[in-house]
Amino acid sequence: MSTDTFSHLSQAADERPDKITVKDLSFHYGDFQALTDINVGISSKAVTAFIGPSGCGKSTFLRCFNRMNDLIPGTRVDGLVTLDDQDIYAPGVDPVDLRRRVGMIFQQPNPFPMSIYDNVAYGPRLHGVKRKAELDEIVERSLERANLWKEVKDILGRNGLSLSGGQQQRLCIARVLAVEPEVMLMDEPCSAIDPTSVQKIEDLMAELTDRITIIIVTHNMQQAARVSEYTAFFLQEVAGEPAVLVEFDRTTNIFTSPKDRRTEDYITGRFG
Amino acid sequence: MTRSAEDSQASMPDSADPVSMTSGEQGSLRLVSRATHIKELALKNLFLLCAFVAVMGVVLIFAFVGLRGWPIFAEVGPIAFLGGADWSPTVGQYGIWPLIYGSLVVMSGALVIGTPLAVGTAIFLSEIATPRVRGIVRPAVELLAGIPSVIYGFFGLLILRPIVARLSDGLGFGAVTGWLILAIMIVPTIATLSEDALRSIPDGIREASYAMGATTWQTIYRVLVPAAKIGIIDAIILGMGRAIGETMAVLMVVGNAPHIPDSVTEPIATLTTQIVMDMPYAAGMHRTALFGMAIILFGVSMGLVALVRLLSKLQSSMDAGR
Repeated sequence: MSTDTFSHLSQAADERPDKITVKDLSFHYGDFQALTDINVGISSKAVTAFIGPSGCGKSTFLRCFNRMNDLIPGTRVDGLVTLDDQDIYAPGVDPVDLRRRVGMIFQQPNPFPMSIYDNVAYGPRLHGVKRKAELDEIVERSLERANLWKEVKDILGRNGLSLSGGQQQRLCIARVLAVEPEVMLMDEPCSAIDPTSVQKIEDLMAELTDRITIIIVTHNMQQAARVSEYTAFFLQEVAGEPAVLVEFDRTTNIFTSPKDRRTEDYITGRFG
Repeated sequence: MTRSAEDSQASMPDSADPVSMTSGEQGSLRLVSRATHIKELALKNLFLLCAFVAVMGVVLIFAFVGLRGWPIFAEVGPIAFLGGADWSPTVGQYGIWPLIYGSLVVMSGALVIGTPLAVGTAIFLSEIATPRVRGIVRPAVELLAGIPSVIYGFFGLLILRPIVARLSDGLGFGAVTGWLILAIMIVPTIATLSEDALRSIPDGIREASYAMGATTWQTIYRVLVPAAKIGIIDAIILGMGRAIGETMAVLMVVGNAPHIPDSVTEPIATLTTQIVMDMPYAAGMHRTALFGMAIILFGVSMGLVALVRLLSKLQSSMDAGR
């Protein structure tokens, strides 16, 4: 199985340089091993989707890329994760700087309880931008890129929580874009918002890949098929055992001619 | 006949009495039994009575204090009473300004020392402590609230006062000693309520901040404390109420001299301590003046509670998104 995975990996990697590579990754929550033996390369400036049934560790894996798992006591990552060929788990690497380069969008839109402006200016301020004119420009540019500027340009002083769910999620995207990340991790970004807003966010993802590498975790296979260029299918076959990466390939191949029987079963809705 | 009774009769033409138990034919709904109905009604009224007793307590105390204290405003006059600098009830001078001043000084100093301590504790408990450490520290902080105030008084008298005395070349009875002891006493109030406010912030907010590349400290002071601001201000106001109302511990350490001192290490008196000192022997207008002071204290507490309620309203309208 794993050699099979590797052949697809190299095939996929032909076309663009990999932004992120993962070698022999396994992940532990205390005594419980959640992931084992994961090898994958994430193409630069493309959308890669992680799919699989609930509890298969896709979100856990996603959080390895910006070291958000560090915040949970008792977790351990083995193996190698590189961003532009730099080991992000090497001793001395500052997770704070890593997270500026690798932004994250969560399932539940989580704007801070402060004004729309302050939400977007949060990251730049953290990193030392103080001049009002510069902040104004960053705020406008980021909201513009998140396709939210037109809706909020006259209410920048209003609390971010006063927006609708879909707008809140785009505000969170603007907040991440404000620090010019290279990678954006999206953990089921559309599962808590209404269908019209989902459409807007999916369109936005396509636009953002001109500069940004996106990895999206989704439960929705149609969404994966619509937005992503590459798809990785994860599966925990036995409860209590670690999950594995079953298949990784171009999205079209995964959805039209999967190599692995388990992928096919999942895609065709036989389980999950 | 009420509409619901008509409805049930329409659906159950056989039943004449809608409250009685009925076996009914198959498929029909059973009506509420009379016993259940009476029990529910009785319980409802019992709880109403409990609430009524509590409210009556407040009303009666207010009426009692108000009636007994009112003459001081009428006969001495609010300006001479509140603004007068001379508290010599034996010679007919009823100015309580030194006592109001004493209460304000003691309370403010306690807040200045106690608030950072308490808010720091709250931040530690909610954001930094591991669950195990929190499991030890939080009950310890709560225990502080359960210690009788006379014990605090003892502690202040025997431990803190000598230290203040040595540092100030005095006896150690004065506002400073009161500050120290009250600062500790208001920590549990402010710390536990502030911690609740911090913990009620959804974890998603913390995650978002960390994911933006914020450090723990940046997350605390740029996001969490501003988000919990109103809850923390509430906590401080309630701590204020505790500080201004505290009597026993303060009485034991401030020296109880009803005049405005030159220094914070000299004896001072507060509204509450003066009431306790004078009540056993006061008579006539002196006694009325003590009730007048109680009206002031009552007014201050009501004002503080009103402020807290106002802020909570503000908070909920902010949560609803402006």
